[in-house]
Amino acid sequence: MSPIRAAAGWLALLLLVGGCSVTGPALPPAELAGYDAVELTEVPFYPQQRYQCGPAALAMVLDWSGVGIGPEALTELLYIPARRGSLQPELMAQARRQQRLAYRIPGQPQALLDELAAGHPVLVLQNLGLSWWPVWHYAVVIGYQPAADALLLRSGTTARHRVALATFLRTWQRGGNWGMVVLPPGRVPASAEPGPYLVAAYDLEATGLLEQAQLAYTAGVERWPAQAGLRLALANAHYAQGRLEQAIAVLEEGIAAGAIAAANYNNLALLLAERQRWDAAEAAAREAVKLGGPDMETYRKTHADICRRRPGGCAGADRSPLAIPHPPDS
Amino acid sequence: MQIRTRFNRWLAAIAGSVLLSASLGLPVAQAGMIGTHVVVEQELLQQQRDTLKQFMAREEIREQLIAWGVAPEAAQARVDSLSPAEVAQMSARMQELPAGGDVVGAVVFVFLVLLVTDILGFTDLFPFVRSIHDNE
Repeated sequence: MSPIRAAAGWLALLLLVGGCSVTGPALPPAELAGYDAVELTEVPFYPQQRYQCGPAALAMVLDWSGVGIGPEALTELLYIPARRGSLQPELMAQARRQQRLAYRIPGQPQALLDELAAGHPVLVLQNLGLSWWPVWHYAVVIGYQPAADALLLRSGTTARHRVALATFLRTWQRGGNWGMVVLPPGRVPASAEPGPYLVAAYDLEATGLLEQAQLAYTAGVERWPAQAGLRLALANAHYAQGRLEQAIAVLEEGIAAGAIAAANYNNLALLLAERQRWDAAEAAAREAVKLGGPDMETYRKTHADICRRRPGGCAGADRSPLAIPHPPDS
Repeated sequence: MQIRTRFNRWLAAIAGSVLLSASLGLPVAQAGMIGTHVVVEQELLQQQRDTLKQFMAREEIREQLIAWGVAPEAAQARVDSLSPAEVAQMSARMQELPAGGDVVGAVVFVFLVLLVTDILGFTDLFPFVRSIHDNE
Protein backbone atom coordinates (compact mmCIF):
# COMPACT_ATOMS: atom_id res chain seq x y z
CA MET A 1 0.00 0.00 0.00
CA SER A 2 1.47 3.35 -1.01
CA PRO A 3 1.90 6.03 1.64
CA ILE A 4 -0.29 8.41 -0.37
CA ARG A 5 -3.14 5.96 -0.62
CA ALA A 6 -2.74 5.07 3.01
CA ALA A 7 -2.81 8.71 4.02
CA ALA A 8 -5.84 9.32 1.85
CA GLY A 9 -7.51 6.34 3.45
CA TRP A 10 -6.86 7.61 6.91
CA LEU A 11 -8.07 11.08 5.98
CA ALA A 12 -11.29 9.61 4.65
CA LEU A 13 -11.63 7.63 7.83
CA LEU A 14 -11.21 10.73 9.95
CA LEU A 15 -13.75 12.65 7.90
CA LEU A 16 -16.42 10.00 7.73
CA VAL A 17 -15.91 7.55 10.52
CA GLY A 18 -15.96 10.46 12.93
CA GLY A 19 -19.65 10.64 12.20
CA CYS A 20 -20.09 6.89 12.47
CA SER A 21 -18.51 6.72 15.91
CA VAL A 22 -21.64 8.31 17.35
CA THR A 23 -23.23 4.88 16.93
CA GLY A 24 -20.77 3.59 19.49
CA PRO A 25 -18.77 0.36 19.48
CA ALA A 26 -19.93 -2.42 17.19
CA LEU A 27 -20.51 -4.69 20.17
CA PRO A 28 -21.90 -4.30 23.65
CA PRO A 29 -18.88 -4.56 25.95
CA ALA A 30 -20.61 -7.30 27.93
CA GLU A 31 -20.03 -9.77 25.09
CA LEU A 32 -16.30 -9.23 25.32
CA ALA A 33 -16.13 -9.27 29.08
CA GLY A 34 -14.05 -12.02 30.60
CA TYR A 35 -11.22 -11.94 28.09
CA ASP A 36 -7.85 -11.44 29.73
CA ALA A 37 -5.04 -9.27 28.45
CA VAL A 38 -2.77 -11.15 26.08
CA GLU A 39 0.20 -10.35 23.87
CA LEU A 40 1.88 -12.93 21.67
CA THR A 41 5.37 -11.45 21.75
CA GLU A 42 6.83 -14.56 20.05
CA VAL A 43 5.20 -13.65 16.72
CA PRO A 44 8.01 -12.32 14.48
CA PHE A 45 7.70 -8.96 12.77
CA TYR A 46 8.48 -8.42 9.10
CA PRO A 47 7.92 -4.83 7.95
CA GLN A 48 6.12 -4.78 4.64
CA GLN A 49 7.47 -3.50 1.36
CA ARG A 50 5.29 -1.51 -0.99
CA TYR A 51 1.85 -3.16 -1.37
CA GLN A 52 3.23 -6.33 0.11
CA CYS A 53 1.28 -6.51 3.33
CA GLY A 54 -0.10 -9.92 2.24
CA PRO A 55 3.22 -11.77 1.98
CA ALA A 56 4.61 -10.02 5.09
CA ALA A 57 1.55 -10.89 7.20
CA LEU A 58 1.51 -14.49 5.99
CA ALA A 59 5.22 -14.89 6.64
CA MET A 60 4.71 -13.71 10.23
CA VAL A 61 2.05 -16.30 11.02
CA LEU A 62 3.83 -19.05 9.08
CA ASP A 63 7.10 -18.46 10.88
CA TRP A 64 5.29 -18.23 14.20
CA SER A 65 3.93 -21.71 13.41
CA GLY A 66 7.47 -22.97 12.83
CA VAL A 67 7.89 -22.86 9.05
CA GLY A 68 10.81 -20.43 8.78
CA ILE A 69 10.23 -19.02 5.32
CA GLY A 70 10.49 -15.22 5.63
CA PRO A 71 8.60 -12.67 3.53
CA GLU A 72 10.89 -12.54 0.48
CA ALA A 73 10.24 -16.09 -0.71
CA LEU A 74 6.51 -15.58 -0.26
CA THR A 75 6.39 -12.30 -2.15
CA GLU A 76 7.25 -14.02 -5.40
CA LEU A 77 4.66 -16.71 -4.79
CA LEU A 78 1.89 -14.43 -3.62
CA TYR A 79 2.14 -10.93 -4.91
CA ILE A 80 -0.21 -10.28 -7.83
CA PRO A 81 1.13 -7.09 -9.47
CA ALA A 82 -2.00 -6.19 -11.41
CA ARG A 83 -4.00 -6.13 -8.20
CA ARG A 84 -1.23 -4.69 -6.06
CA GLY A 85 -1.86 -7.28 -3.43
CA SER A 86 -2.81 -10.84 -2.60
CA LEU A 87 -6.14 -12.61 -2.59
CA GLN A 88 -7.42 -14.35 0.50
CA PRO A 89 -7.77 -17.79 -1.15
CA GLU A 90 -4.16 -17.42 -2.32
CA LEU A 91 -3.02 -16.79 1.24
CA MET A 92 -4.82 -19.91 2.44
CA ALA A 93 -3.48 -22.02 -0.42
CA GLN A 94 0.06 -20.82 0.24
CA ALA A 95 -0.25 -21.63 3.96
CA ARG A 96 -1.27 -25.16 2.98
CA ARG A 97 1.63 -25.44 0.59
CA GLN A 98 3.82 -24.85 3.63
CA GLN A 99 2.09 -27.86 5.26
CA ARG A 100 0.02 -25.76 7.60
CA LEU A 101 -3.67 -25.90 8.41
CA ALA A 102 -5.33 -22.69 7.19
CA TYR A 103 -8.63 -21.98 8.92
CA ARG A 104 -10.90 -19.04 8.28
CA ILE A 105 -12.26 -17.98 11.65
CA PRO A 106 -15.91 -16.95 12.15
CA GLY A 107 -16.31 -13.21 11.59
CA GLN A 108 -17.04 -12.34 15.20
CA PRO A 109 -14.85 -10.44 17.66
CA GLN A 110 -15.27 -13.32 20.12
CA ALA A 111 -13.63 -15.71 17.65
CA LEU A 112 -10.70 -13.32 17.32
CA LEU A 113 -10.26 -13.08 21.07
CA ASP A 114 -10.71 -16.84 21.51
CA GLU A 115 -7.81 -17.44 19.15
CA LEU A 116 -5.60 -14.91 20.92
CA ALA A 117 -6.44 -16.50 24.27
CA ALA A 118 -5.38 -19.88 22.82
CA GLY A 119 -2.07 -18.30 21.76
CA HIS A 120 -2.87 -18.16 18.04
CA PRO A 121 -2.13 -14.94 16.09
CA VAL A 122 -4.84 -14.03 13.56
CA LEU A 123 -4.16 -12.78 10.04
CA VAL A 124 -6.92 -10.28 9.21
CA LEU A 125 -8.08 -8.36 6.17
CA GLN A 126 -8.95 -4.75 6.86
CA ASN A 127 -10.40 -2.07 4.69
CA LEU A 128 -8.76 1.04 6.07
CA GLY A 129 -10.75 3.21 3.66
CA LEU A 130 -14.45 3.07 2.96
CA SER A 131 -16.67 0.58 1.22
CA TRP A 132 -16.74 2.76 -1.91
CA TRP A 133 -13.08 3.75 -1.59
CA PRO A 134 -11.37 0.66 -0.30
CA VAL A 135 -7.84 0.63 1.04
CA TRP A 136 -7.17 -3.06 1.60
CA HIS A 137 -4.65 -4.12 4.15
CA TYR A 138 -3.50 -7.38 5.75
CA ALA A 139 -2.26 -7.33 9.34
CA VAL A 140 -1.68 -9.80 12.17
CA VAL A 141 -3.55 -9.40 15.44
CA ILE A 142 -1.23 -10.40 18.27
CA GLY A 143 -2.75 -8.99 21.42
CA TYR A 144 -5.71 -7.65 23.37
CA GLN A 145 -5.69 -5.05 26.12
CA PRO A 146 -9.07 -5.02 27.86
CA ALA A 147 -8.11 -2.09 30.10
CA ALA A 148 -7.41 0.13 27.10
CA ASP A 149 -10.16 -1.51 25.02
CA ALA A 150 -7.55 -1.98 22.31
CA LEU A 151 -5.97 -4.61 20.07
CA LEU A 152 -2.28 -5.00 19.24
CA LEU A 153 -1.33 -5.58 15.60
CA ARG A 154 1.76 -6.26 13.56
CA SER A 155 0.79 -3.96 10.74
CA GLY A 156 2.61 -2.44 7.79
CA THR A 157 5.85 -1.00 9.07
CA THR A 158 4.70 -0.88 12.70
CA ALA A 159 5.76 -3.78 14.89
CA ARG A 160 3.30 -3.02 17.68
CA HIS A 161 0.36 -1.04 16.41
CA ARG A 162 -2.22 -0.33 19.10
CA VAL A 163 -5.70 0.33 17.76
CA ALA A 164 -8.98 0.97 19.58
CA LEU A 165 -11.15 -2.14 19.42
CA ALA A 166 -14.12 -0.20 18.01
CA THR A 167 -11.98 1.27 15.22
CA PHE A 168 -10.49 -2.08 14.38
CA LEU A 169 -13.89 -3.76 14.26
CA ARG A 170 -15.12 -1.19 11.72
CA THR A 171 -12.12 -1.65 9.44
CA TRP A 172 -12.45 -5.41 9.88
CA GLN A 173 -16.14 -5.34 9.03
CA ARG A 174 -15.39 -3.38 5.87
CA GLY A 175 -12.95 -6.17 5.04
CA GLY A 176 -15.77 -8.69 5.26
CA ASN A 177 -14.72 -9.81 8.77
CA TRP A 178 -12.13 -11.99 7.09
CA GLY A 179 -9.51 -13.56 9.32
CA MET A 180 -7.55 -16.78 9.39
CA VAL A 181 -5.28 -18.73 11.68
CA VAL A 182 -2.34 -20.77 10.40
CA LEU A 183 -1.53 -23.74 12.61
CA PRO A 184 0.65 -26.82 12.59
CA PRO A 185 -1.61 -29.77 11.68
CA GLY A 186 -2.75 -31.39 14.92
CA ARG A 187 -3.62 -28.10 16.56
CA VAL A 188 -7.31 -27.15 16.42
CA PRO A 189 -8.31 -23.47 16.18
CA ALA A 190 -10.05 -22.27 19.34
CA SER A 191 -12.95 -20.85 17.35
CA ALA A 192 -13.31 -23.85 15.04
CA GLU A 193 -16.62 -25.49 14.22
CA PRO A 194 -16.45 -29.18 13.30
CA GLY A 195 -17.89 -28.81 9.77
CA PRO A 196 -15.60 -26.03 8.51
CA TYR A 197 -12.69 -27.67 10.35
CA LEU A 198 -13.28 -30.90 8.44
CA VAL A 199 -13.20 -28.93 5.18
CA ALA A 200 -9.94 -27.19 6.18
CA ALA A 201 -8.34 -30.51 7.10
CA TYR A 202 -9.57 -32.13 3.89
CA ASP A 203 -7.99 -29.29 1.90
CA LEU A 204 -4.65 -30.63 3.15
CA GLU A 205 -5.49 -34.11 1.91
CA ALA A 206 -6.75 -32.75 -1.41
CA THR A 207 -3.39 -31.07 -2.00
CA GLY A 208 -1.58 -34.34 -1.42
CA LEU A 209 -0.65 -33.85 2.24
CA LEU A 210 -2.25 -37.03 3.57
CA GLU A 211 -0.02 -37.28 6.63
CA GLN A 212 -0.76 -33.69 7.67
CA ALA A 213 -4.45 -34.21 6.98
CA GLN A 214 -4.42 -37.28 9.17
CA LEU A 215 -2.88 -35.31 12.04
CA ALA A 216 -5.61 -32.73 11.63
CA TYR A 217 -8.38 -35.37 11.50
CA THR A 218 -6.99 -37.06 14.61
CA ALA A 219 -6.98 -33.80 16.55
CA GLY A 220 -10.50 -33.04 15.31
CA VAL A 221 -11.80 -36.42 16.45
CA GLU A 222 -10.29 -35.82 19.89
CA ARG A 223 -11.99 -32.42 20.09
CA TRP A 224 -15.38 -33.62 18.73
CA PRO A 225 -15.61 -37.38 19.40
CA ALA A 226 -19.20 -37.58 18.15
CA GLN A 227 -18.59 -35.85 14.82
CA ALA A 228 -19.26 -38.41 12.11
CA GLY A 229 -17.59 -36.64 9.16
CA LEU A 230 -14.22 -36.35 10.92
CA ARG A 231 -14.40 -40.02 11.96
CA LEU A 232 -15.04 -41.06 8.38
CA ALA A 233 -12.19 -38.90 7.10
CA LEU A 234 -9.75 -40.30 9.68
CA ALA A 235 -10.81 -43.89 9.03
CA ASN A 236 -10.40 -43.40 5.28
CA ALA A 237 -6.94 -41.90 5.85
CA HIS A 238 -5.89 -44.89 8.01
CA TYR A 239 -7.26 -47.30 5.43
CA ALA A 240 -5.50 -45.54 2.56
CA GLN A 241 -2.24 -46.15 4.39
CA GLY A 242 -2.98 -49.79 5.00
CA ARG A 243 -4.00 -49.56 8.66
CA LEU A 244 -7.21 -51.55 8.51
CA GLU A 245 -7.55 -52.24 12.25
CA GLN A 246 -7.12 -48.58 13.15
CA ALA A 247 -9.69 -47.58 10.57
CA ILE A 248 -12.17 -50.03 12.08
CA ALA A 249 -11.43 -48.81 15.61
CA VAL A 250 -11.98 -45.15 14.68
CA LEU A 251 -15.42 -45.91 13.27
CA GLU A 252 -16.46 -48.31 16.06
CA GLU A 253 -15.38 -45.91 18.80
CA GLY A 254 -17.22 -43.17 16.96
CA ILE A 255 -20.47 -45.12 16.96
CA ALA A 256 -20.04 -45.74 20.68
CA ALA A 257 -19.50 -41.99 21.15
CA GLY A 258 -22.56 -41.07 19.11
CA ALA A 259 -21.01 -40.41 15.69
CA ILE A 260 -23.93 -42.03 13.89
CA ALA A 261 -24.10 -41.68 10.13
CA ALA A 262 -25.07 -44.00 7.30
CA ALA A 263 -21.79 -43.38 5.46
CA ASN A 264 -19.81 -44.40 8.57
CA TYR A 265 -21.77 -47.65 8.93
CA ASN A 266 -21.36 -48.34 5.23
CA ASN A 267 -17.57 -47.99 5.33
CA LEU A 268 -17.31 -49.88 8.60
CA ALA A 269 -19.26 -52.75 7.05
CA LEU A 270 -16.83 -53.03 4.15
CA LEU A 271 -13.79 -52.86 6.44
CA LEU A 272 -15.21 -55.56 8.71
CA ALA A 273 -15.97 -57.70 5.67
CA GLU A 274 -12.34 -57.40 4.69
CA ARG A 275 -11.51 -58.92 8.08
CA GLN A 276 -14.20 -61.51 7.42
CA ARG A 277 -16.07 -60.46 10.52
CA TRP A 278 -19.29 -61.25 8.69
CA ASP A 279 -21.85 -60.87 11.49
CA ALA A 280 -20.65 -57.41 12.46
CA ALA A 281 -20.21 -56.42 8.81
CA GLU A 282 -23.74 -57.43 7.89
CA ALA A 283 -25.17 -55.65 10.94
CA ALA A 284 -23.32 -52.44 10.05
CA ALA A 285 -24.41 -52.62 6.41
CA ARG A 286 -28.00 -53.12 7.53
CA GLU A 287 -27.71 -50.06 9.79
CA ALA A 288 -26.49 -47.94 6.86
CA VAL A 289 -29.53 -48.95 4.82
CA LYS A 290 -31.81 -48.21 7.77
CA LEU A 291 -30.41 -44.68 8.13
CA GLY A 292 -30.47 -44.08 4.37
CA GLY A 293 -29.66 -40.78 2.70
CA PRO A 294 -28.47 -39.48 -0.64
CA ASP A 295 -26.14 -42.47 -1.13
CA MET A 296 -28.81 -45.09 -0.44
CA GLU A 297 -28.02 -47.03 -3.59
CA THR A 298 -24.44 -47.51 -2.40
CA TYR A 299 -25.62 -48.73 1.03
CA ARG A 300 -27.98 -51.25 -0.53
CA LYS A 301 -25.25 -52.49 -2.80
CA THR A 302 -22.83 -52.80 0.14
CA HIS A 303 -25.33 -54.93 2.02
CA ALA A 304 -26.02 -57.09 -1.00
CA ASP A 305 -22.31 -57.53 -1.70
CA ILE A 306 -21.58 -58.56 1.89
CA CYS A 307 -24.41 -61.08 1.84
CA ARG A 308 -23.08 -62.46 -1.41
CA ARG A 309 -19.52 -62.80 -0.11
CA ARG A 310 -20.51 -64.13 3.29
CA PRO A 311 -20.35 -67.93 3.53
CA GLY A 312 -23.92 -69.13 3.74
CA GLY A 313 -25.32 -65.73 2.78
CA CYS A 314 -27.37 -63.64 5.15
CA ALA A 315 -29.61 -65.65 7.43
CA GLY A 316 -33.09 -64.21 7.47
CA ALA A 317 -32.44 -62.14 4.40
CA ASP A 318 -36.11 -62.53 3.49
CA ARG A 319 -37.06 -60.77 6.68
CA SER A 320 -34.58 -57.99 6.17
CA PRO A 321 -36.01 -54.51 5.61
CA LEU A 322 -34.23 -54.32 2.29
CA ALA A 323 -36.48 -53.76 -0.67
CA ILE A 324 -34.05 -55.18 -3.17
CA PRO A 325 -33.81 -58.80 -4.19
CA HIS A 326 -30.59 -60.48 -3.16
CA PRO A 327 -28.52 -62.06 -5.86
CA PRO A 328 -28.56 -65.84 -5.50
CA ASP A 329 -25.55 -67.32 -3.71
CA SER A 330 -24.29 -69.30 -6.63
CA MET B 1 -24.74 -60.20 -34.38
CA GLN B 2 -24.08 -63.21 -32.21
CA ILE B 3 -20.35 -62.86 -32.71
CA ARG B 4 -20.45 -59.20 -31.94
CA THR B 5 -22.24 -59.72 -28.63
CA ARG B 6 -19.77 -62.39 -27.63
CA PHE B 7 -16.92 -60.13 -28.54
CA ASN B 8 -18.43 -57.34 -26.47
CA ARG B 9 -18.78 -59.65 -23.50
CA TRP B 10 -15.22 -60.74 -23.90
CA LEU B 11 -14.09 -57.09 -24.03
CA ALA B 12 -16.16 -56.28 -20.96
CA ALA B 13 -14.60 -59.17 -19.07
CA ILE B 14 -11.10 -57.96 -19.88
CA ALA B 15 -11.93 -54.39 -19.00
CA GLY B 16 -13.51 -55.60 -15.77
CA SER B 17 -10.50 -57.61 -14.70
CA VAL B 18 -8.17 -54.72 -15.52
CA LEU B 19 -10.30 -52.43 -13.38
CA LEU B 20 -10.43 -54.99 -10.59
CA SER B 21 -6.67 -55.43 -10.46
CA ALA B 22 -6.22 -51.65 -10.57
CA SER B 23 -8.56 -51.22 -7.61
CA LEU B 24 -6.77 -53.95 -5.66
CA GLY B 25 -3.60 -51.90 -5.96
CA LEU B 26 -5.27 -48.89 -4.38
CA PRO B 27 -6.75 -49.80 -1.01
CA VAL B 28 -8.61 -46.48 -0.69
CA ALA B 29 -10.66 -47.27 -3.76
CA GLN B 30 -12.50 -50.26 -2.34
CA ALA B 31 -15.78 -50.39 -4.18
CA GLY B 32 -18.68 -49.01 -2.20
CA MET B 33 -16.67 -47.00 0.34
CA ILE B 34 -17.92 -43.46 0.79
CA GLY B 35 -14.94 -41.18 0.11
CA THR B 36 -14.11 -38.23 2.33
CA HIS B 37 -14.73 -35.85 -0.56
CA VAL B 38 -18.40 -36.88 -0.62
CA VAL B 39 -18.90 -35.91 3.01
CA VAL B 40 -16.92 -32.70 2.51
CA GLU B 41 -19.06 -31.69 -0.47
CA GLN B 42 -22.21 -32.22 1.58
CA GLU B 43 -20.71 -30.11 4.36
CA LEU B 44 -19.81 -27.30 1.94
CA LEU B 45 -23.32 -27.32 0.51
CA GLN B 46 -24.76 -27.00 4.01
CA GLN B 47 -22.41 -24.11 4.78
CA GLN B 48 -23.49 -22.29 1.62
CA ARG B 49 -27.13 -22.78 2.51
CA ASP B 50 -26.50 -21.40 5.99
CA THR B 51 -24.72 -18.35 4.56
CA LEU B 52 -27.62 -17.66 2.22
CA LYS B 53 -30.08 -17.99 5.08
CA GLN B 54 -28.06 -15.61 7.24
CA PHE B 55 -28.08 -13.19 4.34
CA MET B 56 -31.84 -13.48 3.95
CA ALA B 57 -32.20 -12.90 7.71
CA ARG B 58 -30.39 -9.55 7.63
CA GLU B 59 -32.61 -6.73 8.80
CA GLU B 60 -32.47 -4.62 5.64
CA ILE B 61 -33.22 -7.66 3.51
CA ARG B 62 -36.15 -8.66 5.71
CA GLU B 63 -37.52 -5.13 5.47
CA GLN B 64 -37.17 -5.14 1.73
CA LEU B 65 -38.86 -8.52 1.44
CA ILE B 66 -41.76 -7.35 3.60
CA ALA B 67 -42.03 -4.19 1.51
CA TRP B 68 -42.42 -6.44 -1.50
CA GLY B 69 -45.08 -8.43 0.30
CA VAL B 70 -42.90 -11.53 0.63
CA ALA B 71 -42.86 -13.35 3.95
CA PRO B 72 -39.20 -13.55 5.07
CA GLU B 73 -39.93 -17.08 6.26
CA ALA B 74 -40.93 -18.04 2.74
CA ALA B 75 -37.62 -16.71 1.43
CA GLN B 76 -35.79 -18.78 4.07
CA ALA B 77 -37.76 -21.86 3.10
CA ARG B 78 -36.88 -21.29 -0.52
CA VAL B 79 -33.19 -21.57 0.30
CA ASP B 80 -33.84 -25.12 1.53
CA SER B 81 -35.49 -26.05 -1.72
CA LEU B 82 -32.68 -24.78 -3.94
CA SER B 83 -30.75 -27.48 -5.76
CA PRO B 84 -27.00 -27.84 -5.06
CA ALA B 85 -26.23 -26.13 -8.38
CA GLU B 86 -28.50 -23.20 -7.54
CA VAL B 87 -26.97 -22.86 -4.09
CA ALA B 88 -23.50 -22.76 -5.63
CA GLN B 89 -24.63 -20.18 -8.16
CA MET B 90 -26.16 -17.90 -5.53
CA SER B 91 -23.15 -18.28 -3.27
CA ALA B 92 -20.85 -17.30 -6.10
CA ARG B 93 -22.93 -14.20 -6.70
CA MET B 94 -22.85 -13.37 -2.99
CA GLN B 95 -19.05 -13.49 -3.06
CA GLU B 96 -19.17 -10.66 -5.57
CA LEU B 97 -21.14 -8.46 -3.20
CA PRO B 98 -19.09 -5.67 -1.69
CA ALA B 99 -17.89 -6.46 1.81
CA GLY B 100 -19.35 -4.60 4.73
CA GLY B 101 -22.92 -4.66 3.54
CA ASP B 102 -23.64 -2.50 0.57
CA VAL B 103 -27.41 -2.39 0.92
CA VAL B 104 -28.21 -1.32 -2.62
CA GLY B 105 -26.14 -4.12 -4.13
CA ALA B 106 -27.64 -6.66 -1.76
CA VAL B 107 -31.19 -5.65 -2.53
CA VAL B 108 -30.51 -5.77 -6.23
CA PHE B 109 -29.18 -9.27 -5.69
CA VAL B 110 -32.30 -10.50 -3.95
CA PHE B 111 -34.39 -8.84 -6.60
CA LEU B 112 -32.49 -10.77 -9.25
CA VAL B 113 -32.91 -14.05 -7.46
CA LEU B 114 -36.64 -13.58 -7.11
CA LEU B 115 -36.86 -12.45 -10.69
CA VAL B 116 -35.14 -15.61 -11.81
CA THR B 117 -37.37 -17.84 -9.71
CA ASP B 118 -40.37 -15.96 -11.11
CA ILE B 119 -39.21 -16.59 -14.63
CA LEU B 120 -38.76 -20.26 -13.89
CA GLY B 121 -42.27 -20.37 -12.49
CA PHE B 122 -41.29 -21.22 -8.91
CA THR B 123 -42.70 -17.94 -7.70
CA ASP B 124 -45.13 -15.36 -8.95
CA LEU B 125 -44.13 -12.11 -7.31
CA PHE B 126 -43.83 -9.67 -10.15
CA PRO B 127 -46.87 -9.18 -12.36
CA PHE B 128 -44.71 -7.99 -15.23
CA VAL B 129 -42.75 -11.20 -15.41
CA ARG B 130 -44.18 -13.95 -17.56
CA SER B 131 -43.17 -17.42 -16.58
CA ILE B 132 -41.74 -19.79 -19.15
CA HIS B 133 -44.69 -22.05 -18.29
CA ASP B 134 -47.13 -19.27 -19.16
CA ASN B 135 -48.94 -20.28 -22.33
CA GLU B 136 -50.97 -17.14 -22.84
